[in-house]
Amino acid sequence: MPVVLENLGKRFGDGAPVLDDVNASIGQGEFVALLGASGCGKSTLLNIMAGLEAPTSGALEVPSDGAAFMFQDAALFPWLNARENIELALKLRGVGKAERRIKAGELLDLVHLGGAGDKRPHELSGGMRQRVALARSLAQDRQLLLMDEPFAALDAITRDLLHDELERIWKETGRTIVFVTHNVREAVRLGQRVLLLSSRPGRVVREWHVSEEHRTDAGLAGQLTGEITARLREEIRRHAK
Amino acid sequence: MPNKPTSLVEPAETRHITAALTRSSTGPSDLRELEAGLDSLQSDAVRKARVDWSRVLLPVAALAVLVLIWQLYVSLGFKRQDLVPGPLDVLGQLGTLWADGKLQEAVWTSLQRGLVGFLISVAIATPVGLLLAQVAPLRRAFGPLISGLQVLPSVAWVPAAIIWFGLTDATVYFVVFMGAIPSIINGLISGVDQIPPQYRSVGKVLGASRLQLALQIILPAALPGYLGGLKQGWAFSWRSLMAAEIIAVGGTIGFGLGSLLDQGRVLSDMTTVMAAILMILAVGILIELLFFGPIEKRLLRRRGLLAGSTR
Repeated sequence: MPVVLENLGKRFGDGAPVLDDVNASIGQGEFVALLGASGCGKSTLLNIMAGLEAPTSGALEVPSDGAAFMFQDAALFPWLNARENIELALKLRGVGKAERRIKAGELLDLVHLGGAGDKRPHELSGGMRQRVALARSLAQDRQLLLMDEPFAALDAITRDLLHDELERIWKETGRTIVFVTHNVREAVRLGQRVLLLSSRPGRVVREWHVSEEHRTDAGLAGQLTGEITARLREEIRRHAK
Repeated sequence: MPNKPTSLVEPAETRHITAALTRSSTGPSDLRELEAGLDSLQSDAVRKARVDWSRVLLPVAALAVLVLIWQLYVSLGFKRQDLVPGPLDVLGQLGTLWADGKLQEAVWTSLQRGLVGFLISVAIATPVGLLLAQVAPLRRAFGPLISGLQVLPSVAWVPAAIIWFGLTDATVYFVVFMGAIPSIINGLISGVDQIPPQYRSVGKVLGASRLQLALQIILPAALPGYLGGLKQGWAFSWRSLMAAEIIAVGGTIGFGLGSLLDQGRVLSDMTTVMAAILMILAVGILIELLFFGPIEKRLLRRRGLLAGSTR
C-alpha cells in the first residue's frame, strides 16, 4: 500500500479541527477520487500527503521519495517556456542536461504538446497549461501523483478531453493517483474508488467502488452519481443550522 | 405492454444506453487530433510587431516644444542673458567644451565611475538582498536599517567620506555605494515579497533545496521587482556620484560632470552650468533608453505582462 492514513487529524492553531480521524489506504496503481464540499479539508489532506504540511495527530505512510503534485492553476513559471518548465523538474531531480532535453520532449509528446515546447505559459490556453503541468508532475517520476482540482478552472469541453487524456496517461504510466474534486461526475468519471469527505471536520464518511461497468454504462454511472450526490448533499445539509 | 409509461425506463433497458455520457467515444489518435483542434482554437494567433514611429516622434516633438518655450522665454528678455542663457548659447558652450576635450573627459570620467560603482553595488546588494528576503530573522533585524539608509540622502556621507578617505576616488565610490546598495536590496526584497506563494510550493514539491529554491525559482520570479531596484540603484548611483563630484573637488579626484558643474559655478559661467546639467540629464536618459528600457520591456513581454500597458 503506497498510502496509508491512520487517524489523521489537522488543526490550524487553536481553531476547530480541519481534519479529524481520517482513515484510508490507497493501493499501488489505484486511481482514487477524493470528493467533498468546500471546506472539507480536501486540499489540506493532499498537502499533508505531499509533505507540504504536517498533521497534528495520527500517522501517515507515503512513499519515501515523496509525491508529485498538480495544482488547481497550472503554476507554471512564466520566465520559462513549456519545455524549460518540464526540464526544471528534471533538473531538480538531478537528471543530466542531454537527458533532460530528450525526456522533456517525450513528456511533451505524451500530453500531445510536441509542437508547443517553445511557447511561454501566457501564450498557452488553460487546457494546454494544465497539460504542461501534468507533464511536469510526471517528470518528477514519482509513483504517487496528487492532483488538487486540476481541471476545476477549465471550460467543459476542455475538461472532458482532459479526463480522457488523464485516463490514458494513468493507464500508460501506472501511477497511483489521488484526485481531489468537488465535482461528483468527475469523481465517478475518473476514480476507481470515490472517497467522500465530510465537512468541518473532514473525515472519510463513505466510499464507493466504481467498476468497469460504471464506465461503459451511462445508466449505471448516472445512478451512482445520483447516489453519491444525495449523500454529499446530506453532508452539506448538516451544516444548515 | 401498451400501458407502460414511456418516460419510465426499466433497469434492464438502461444497459443498452450508449456510453457517450460517461466516456467520450474517442480513440487515442482521435484524442490527439481533438486536442490539437482545441489548442489552435484557444490560442491567439501570433501578431507581428512592427516599428511604431510614434515612439520616436512623440518624445522628439515634446523635446522640441520644451526647447522652443525656453527660447521664447529668453527672447522676451525678462532676465539678463548671462543669467539665463538661451538654448543656442548653451549649445555653443557645449561645442567649445567639446573642442577643448573637457566635455569628453567629464562624461567619460563620470560614466566610468558611475558604472563601476553601480556594478560593484549590484554584486554586493544581490546576495545580501536575497539572504535578507529568504531568512526571516535577518530581515527583521536589518530590514528597517536598510529602508532607513534608502531614505538617508547619500550626500550626507560626503563629509564623512572626505574625512576618512581624503579627496580620492574612494570617497566618490563610498558615496555611490551608500546610495545604490540599499535601494537595490530594497528592490530585490520587494520583488521577492510579490512572488505568488504557489511558486514556492511548486519548488518544494519539485524537490528544490533551499539554495536551488533561491537561485532557480525565487530570483527569476523576483526579476521584475529586482530590475526596478536596479533601475533605482542606478539612479541613486548617478545622483550620489554627481553630489560627490560637486562637493569634493581637487586632490586625486578626476574631472567629472559634477566637477564641470562646480567649475561653472565658481566662474559664474551660466552656460557651462546649464551645459553640465543637460549632460547629466542626457546620460541618465540614454542609460534608460539604451539599457534598462529594452531589458525591462523584453522581460515583461516574455512573461506576458505587457499587454494593455502604455509602454
